[in-house]
Amino acid sequence: MLWEVRVSYKRGVQDSEGESTLKGLKALGFGGVEGVSTAKVYLIKGNCSRGDVEEICRRLLANPVSQDYTIRGIEGEDE
Amino acid sequence: MNFCILRAPGTNCDGETARALEELGCGAEVVHLKRLLDGRVDILGYSGLVIPGGFSYGDHIRSGAIVGRVLSHALGERLSRFVDEGRPVLGICNGFQVLAEAGLLPGFEGTSRFPEMALSKNASSHFEDRWVHLRAGESSCPFTKGMPPVLRMPVAHGEGRVVLPPGGLERLEANGQVALRYALGSGEPAGGRYPENPNGSAGDIAGITNPQGNVLGLMPHPERAFLRILYPDWTRTGGEGYGDGYLLLRNMVEYVRRL
Repeated sequence: MLWEVRVSYKRGVQDSEGESTLKGLKALGFGGVEGVSTAKVYLIKGNCSRGDVEEICRRLLANPVSQDYTIRGIEGEDE
Repeated sequence: MNFCILRAPGTNCDGETARALEELGCGAEVVHLKRLLDGRVDILGYSGLVIPGGFSYGDHIRSGAIVGRVLSHALGERLSRFVDEGRPVLGICNGFQVLAEAGLLPGFEGTSRFPEMALSKNASSHFEDRWVHLRAGESSCPFTKGMPPVLRMPVAHGEGRVVLPPGGLERLEANGQVALRYALGSGEPAGGRYPENPNGSAGDIAGITNPQGNVLGLMPHPERAFLRILYPDWTRTGGEGYGDGYLLLRNMVEYVRRL
């Protein structure tokens, strides 16, 4: 099975890398860009259920104070 | 008296920390994380624990996340006992990040299973590597008692911005858990101003303690401010004697002697 975990900052937590990217894009002339947020994507391969991946996020990949996560089955999810 | 200086892949300043504690008359053993995890070494055999700075596991996932979560998973019960018995735990820079991820700080209700705070990317997006002014003494932490009104220590971090859940800052303040704040040269809190507050931390927080006061996490490096000759102005001041980091580490050692 292959799972995609996406970890992003919670609303209200400053995303300084996103802000810098926005500045860079403005400087390149992309005037229509209004905001940039960054996220980290992990691809997790192996014999694990959605529940296992949920636990992986809670136990290591996300800090519940500053980050949210989403889980998406890419291959072989049998629910 | 024997301190455990925890070492993991990517740790730095463990040697300086050990040297500083030896100068204060303590034993200081640099112990690799692996030796604690496989049971060759028992954390409860030490009078105190220092988790030094650095970039453990390459700062991957989040700074301090891997060591913090592994420590709490493998040694959670023994670490909680270590803390409950009043033994000192000091987390410097990456060590502070480890204590936050391990749920040892802020420790509102004792050690928490999941983190109750985050040390997020600096508001400036820069790695901030320079000397800052600090103000101490508002907390219950014995390591920061009796300090001069303004301290100087270096910071060197990319992820030092304290992020707390709603109501968390008020709770820290009400409990007297803010041990160190970024300050102006006058000793007044930085008021969120950059560059005095190097990372945009809520409440200008540079260091926090647990409610009992025996666990301290701080972003500045006391071991790099142990001797005056380590200060950037040492050629003008002569560089004689001890620096502000000495005071903090000495307080911690004296605290152990009183236990």
